[in-house]
Amino acid sequence: MLPRLIPELGHFALILALGMALIQAVVPLAGAATRRPLWMAYARPMALGQFVFLLIAFFTLMASFLLDDFSVAYVADNANSMLPWYYKATAVWGSHEGSVLLWCLMLGGWSFAVSRFSRRLPRDMLARVLGVMGAVSSGFLLFVLLTSNPFARLLPDVPGEGADLNPLLQDVGLIIHPPMLYMGYVGFSVVFAFAIAALLEGRIDAAWTRWARPWTNVAWAFLTVGIALGSWWAYYELGWGGWWFWDPVENASLLPWLAGTALMHSLAVTEKRGSFKNWTALLAIFTFSLSLLGTFLVRSGVLTSVHAFANDPARGTFILVLLGLTVGVSLLIFALRAPRVAHATAFGWPSRDALLLINNILLVIMTVTVLLGTVYPLILDALNLGKISVGPPYFNTLFVPLTALLCLFMGLGPLARWKRMPGRELWRRLAVAGLGALVLGALAPLIYHGRWDPWVSLGLVLALWLVLSLARDLLDKLRQARSPATGLRRLTPAYWGMLLGHLGLAVTLVGVTVVSNYNVERNVRLAVGEQVEVAGYTFAMRSLGKRRGPNFVADVATIAVSHAGDAPFIMRPEKRVYLARRMPMTDVALSPGLWRDLYVAMGEDLGDGAWALRIQYKPFVRWLWLGALLMAAGGVLAVADRRYRRGKARASRPAGVEEVNA
Amino acid sequence: MTPKRRQRLLALLGLVVLAALAVGLTGYALRSNINLFFTPSQIADGEAPVGRQIRAGGMVEKGSVVRDADSLDVRFTVTDFDSTLEITYSGILPDLFREGQGVVVVGKLADDGVLHADQVLAKHDEKYMPPEVGDALEAAGKLPAGYGSGQ
Repeated sequence: MLPRLIPELGHFALILALGMALIQAVVPLAGAATRRPLWMAYARPMALGQFVFLLIAFFTLMASFLLDDFSVAYVADNANSMLPWYYKATAVWGSHEGSVLLWCLMLGGWSFAVSRFSRRLPRDMLARVLGVMGAVSSGFLLFVLLTSNPFARLLPDVPGEGADLNPLLQDVGLIIHPPMLYMGYVGFSVVFAFAIAALLEGRIDAAWTRWARPWTNVAWAFLTVGIALGSWWAYYELGWGGWWFWDPVENASLLPWLAGTALMHSLAVTEKRGSFKNWTALLAIFTFSLSLLGTFLVRSGVLTSVHAFANDPARGTFILVLLGLTVGVSLLIFALRAPRVAHATAFGWPSRDALLLINNILLVIMTVTVLLGTVYPLILDALNLGKISVGPPYFNTLFVPLTALLCLFMGLGPLARWKRMPGRELWRRLAVAGLGALVLGALAPLIYHGRWDPWVSLGLVLALWLVLSLARDLLDKLRQARSPATGLRRLTPAYWGMLLGHLGLAVTLVGVTVVSNYNVERNVRLAVGEQVEVAGYTFAMRSLGKRRGPNFVADVATIAVSHAGDAPFIMRPEKRVYLARRMPMTDVALSPGLWRDLYVAMGEDLGDGAWALRIQYKPFVRWLWLGALLMAAGGVLAVADRRYRRGKARASRPAGVEEVNA
Repeated sequence: MTPKRRQRLLALLGLVVLAALAVGLTGYALRSNINLFFTPSQIADGEAPVGRQIRAGGMVEKGSVVRDADSLDVRFTVTDFDSTLEITYSGILPDLFREGQGVVVVGKLADDGVLHADQVLAKHDEKYMPPEVGDALEAAGKLPAGYGSGQ
């Protein structure tokens, strides 16, 4: 009896969570406005309660999946009794309803984390932050309950078998990609709540930024990993070896990332110099709004892609209203309160302040261009002005020069001093790095490939410029100390975080440059006994066979690959047909490596024992994701900095006296 | 002019230059990279430009797919149940390319009215019809049974 009631338990838990979120939104905010400690004290227990009930709701849905309860519509649509148990468990976020539930769960988790780790926050600040998060949470829980209830039943005609999870999503990349991405999206709600709370209070100071920065960094790191995983998944799962398509859904995740990157840097200025305060608050609002916009684009069905499950117009409208309310209300608060927190500090050129300002301007321009390219076709379509699509060339035309500019200034930033730095000194410290990058970058394509290529050189010069200028900075810091060992010990985690983050971008840049220019792709017709050479590797088709998996049947090709006298190795690409949906899928064979990937995908059966094969040689492709991991590691490492853990009493000490930090 | 004002002026000028640069680049990039969508009827009526990258789509006609014997060249026709459009493509068709199903192709129209596709897009759902195709068919009142509008 009990197992059959599980979905109802989940439904009730969700309703209770909504109730608590509403209380968390209203009471503490009212308490902070009227200075009633008892009302403000509601925030923390409500955050805990909401999180607990969301956990219950989430795991009851997972239980319904594991128990093959096909009376639940969502389970019937997205699972099948033949599905392996781990995909059953992760099918919870395989489609619309469950992924919004996951979104809410993570918001609950972040609220709980704030209530747990921010005990040192002043009481009214904490009340306001949690109140704002409760309001956001209420909106999304209402959305789940009113438009996308994952616990809706198919009664009385319970299907005997489920429709199965979309085969594209039956993959380890999918198990972790959405949670990471959501952690990032939702994580920006924390800094958003901090910004709104500070605006309500009318005060943004160094202490405030020290509270807000770690949360921003962690959310940003999650988003970075999420985007990288998405790119990696597309690379090996979609079967044609692309790693970034400028697909609107990818752009939707890139938008908050770009804005969030700008936010991290502007927070640094606000903390160290007390300027850019309004700008920081505005960026926090925009970053979270772009997260919401991303959710809207992906979830509303205005885009068609693997991600767009829902086509119910009510859902799109609901999220659009939610988005409009969030943006509208927060901009209103900003407009009313921003003049109060304004504070200008003069700085000269060149200086770190000025360079970070340029960083922010460039990142915002990048955000706007991506936003424009993403929503322009949607707006035209909505106004019935024709159906267009904006292709990758648009984004590349804009992104490449902007990234180049960004990197140029990024090399200067860490070496420049706050407030003012004589240009001559900057030049003296960086001339060697700049010349070195120019010479090495210009020569690299000649040495690597035997022919000069301006684009490869540009990418490598920029990456080398970043690395060499960081190396110079590190070297100078170590030289100033009595011995390199003491110098190393004096470097703060924040500094190492910056170093890793910037290095990560350089690594990604190298990956993008090399794989975009030196990628070799050949589509060939290959029969058993035939062979073909691609980029110095010989691919020989040994045999063709069949294989039966848990919920699919597959054609398997056995291909022996040999290269310049090395022992040959075997690659086994598959063409699968998933039984429940009769859906064909390409399972790619990969031979990964730090310097190159070999990529073999089966196309179509051409008859007579021949298959169309897509064979690719992708040099440095791993560097793309490796760089992203380094960036994320940098973001997390910076959080370990001592100054974020200092108590209230010591927070008033002037920062940056003896510290060497970012 | 006080140093503070001069600094502001410089910052403002920098901002204006950067913004102008961005707007110019965006305009240029958008103009040269927008792909308009055309139905086979529109192409038959000569509405589509020749030699420029466009998007076209329709249902793949049953029995129209012809493969070359020893290369990856393939020809097929798409239809909106009014006019048809012949398409050539060289390479691997997507997993869900099927006769009788909706596809969108990206490519250039030649003088003889054949579209040379660089990209063929089919969706991972057998009931899926590209929204452009669905809307066009619905407008012509020729949407096959079993397909929702725009879906």
